[in-house]
Amino acid sequence: MHVTLQVKRFNPEAPEPKPYQQEYFLEVEEHFTVLDTLIKVREEVDETLALRCSCRASICGSCAMRINGHAALACKTKLSGVMDPHGHVKVEPVGNMPVIKDLVADMKPFWDKVRAVEPWLQPQGPEPEHEYIAPNEAMIHLTGVMACIMCGACVSDCTVLEVDSNFLGPAALAKAYRFVADPRDDASPTRLRALEQYGGVWDCTRCYECVQVCPKGVDPMGRIMALRDKAVHVGLDQTIGARHTEVFTESVRHSGTLDELRLAIKTPGIFNIPAQLSQLRWVGLRAMLKGKMPPIFHKSIPGLRHVRRIFEKVEGQP
Amino acid sequence: MKYAFFPGCVSRGGCPELYPAALKVCDLLGIELEELRSASCTGAGVLQEKNRKLGDTLNARTFAMAERLGLPIMTICSTCQGVMGQAKKRLDEDEKYRSEINQILAEEGLEYQGKVVVKHLLWILVEEVGVEKMKALVKVPLQGMKLAPFYGCYLLRPTDALGFDETPERQTSLETVIEALGGDPVDFRGKTKCCGFPILTINERNSLTMVANHTLEAKGNGAEAMVTPCPLCHLNLDGFQGKAASQRGKEINLPILHLPQLVGLAFGVSPKELGMQRHLVSTDVVITRLSARAKG
Repeated sequence: MHVTLQVKRFNPEAPEPKPYQQEYFLEVEEHFTVLDTLIKVREEVDETLALRCSCRASICGSCAMRINGHAALACKTKLSGVMDPHGHVKVEPVGNMPVIKDLVADMKPFWDKVRAVEPWLQPQGPEPEHEYIAPNEAMIHLTGVMACIMCGACVSDCTVLEVDSNFLGPAALAKAYRFVADPRDDASPTRLRALEQYGGVWDCTRCYECVQVCPKGVDPMGRIMALRDKAVHVGLDQTIGARHTEVFTESVRHSGTLDELRLAIKTPGIFNIPAQLSQLRWVGLRAMLKGKMPPIFHKSIPGLRHVRRIFEKVEGQP
Repeated sequence: MKYAFFPGCVSRGGCPELYPAALKVCDLLGIELEELRSASCTGAGVLQEKNRKLGDTLNARTFAMAERLGLPIMTICSTCQGVMGQAKKRLDEDEKYRSEINQILAEEGLEYQGKVVVKHLLWILVEEVGVEKMKALVKVPLQGMKLAPFYGCYLLRPTDALGFDETPERQTSLETVIEALGGDPVDFRGKTKCCGFPILTINERNSLTMVANHTLEAKGNGAEAMVTPCPLCHLNLDGFQGKAASQRGKEINLPILHLPQLVGLAFGVSPKELGMQRHLVSTDVVITRLSARAKG
């Protein structure tokens, strides 16, 4: 079959280095992956094309790149599945990381963040005489997150990292979860205190990009949500994020639906006067004038008692 | 065509213009609605952070109500649709889990059998109403109007809870509707990204940066307005656009339309009836251009 590969290239040694697009037309086998195709280009058409790859079997995590705008492993992506009706496929380097050359990105920001979460076991007390024994049930739920191959696909497409490089990002936070949830680790409270700071778990937008692009089903966003829950459970419940979740849930229990006014007022805290005034000045008053406001007296849904009963049953509290 | 209508909290709260606009458009399309008045909030993914099973039980309750009516559910919010789709997937795939939850619902005389269909109005327009019928109802064609589609995360990801494998046309449904109404969809990278609303109270600077990035990119690509099937995106992209512009130090002024408002305008419904005057970013540019076209 014919394919037109549209590759975003960058040569740092050019007189005026800037990204440009190059098209390669070639004849390939039906079973080719995107990586097979790129290798064919490098070997038979243009030896200057730079890319990173090794195992060709979704194990090494080297060949993450953007294919038609979304991060994926080139070796795990069948070409025929991503070709448009005209036989075109767009290939770019991963996002949120500086490009070294063509499809090769500098992974330093990625590794710096993984390192920042101290990804090693930190038990307390004297070293045991034998190995640490952990029951199967306590470890089995961690196998999903241990499957991470550090390819950087999630970091590439993270919508928060795109606007704020301070965010720890999905890969590092998933790695942090791997240790917080490990029964042999004793540093969880300290870890969680660090993770609830700016740039940590509460900065995630829950946009599902990382979940969608992860080639190994690690579910980084799900791990971030689990870290939020763990933080609240060790008493770290006064961050704006934790309060938002609490007030939201409370509103559904109270009336069956979301009371947006209550959420807006109670999340920053009623006595957080600067935050309240800032929102009132910028949006509140204008919205009120335009009639774009939730009702002041929030109505409960009919049959609210059934919703409260569900809360009671599932949460086990009145 | 009849649906059990799940309006969601925001269409009657922070975006009170959406609810009547959706009702009007459904009326014109001949979509009969029976509102699920006793249904609770979906949890919006926020409640699920604390307790996923609680969210799934609340949604199973809504599904059971629709099943009792023998009707598919219609949503008008990307977040409601996505959260319900995810709950439905978990409940449908795990019979044991579903029966556990059904035990809790039994006290209200409800049972979720795993059969309900949940569809956003956007999908109903493309899959049930169809392009031809939409075209036939157009009284004020949007011809030439450049419109940037903005989907909202939960109507795009995770794809396995959105039926994209069976109905891949959902991924471009907003463009299909814009074209059917005579508009010209503007492509831009931000169209599938996050509007920033979920972190508005947590990290306002990042949230507003997202608003400025998407609206300015769409404008730069020629968009005259943006259209979204998600009222939460609307709250941020419209409500906080002024503040985002001030943070960026740049004028933006890109009108943000709810999906039913765009359909309504093309069907000849008055802007007032669609609540266009309630937006924080003026929609006058859109209205003036369309009324000129209607006269012309």
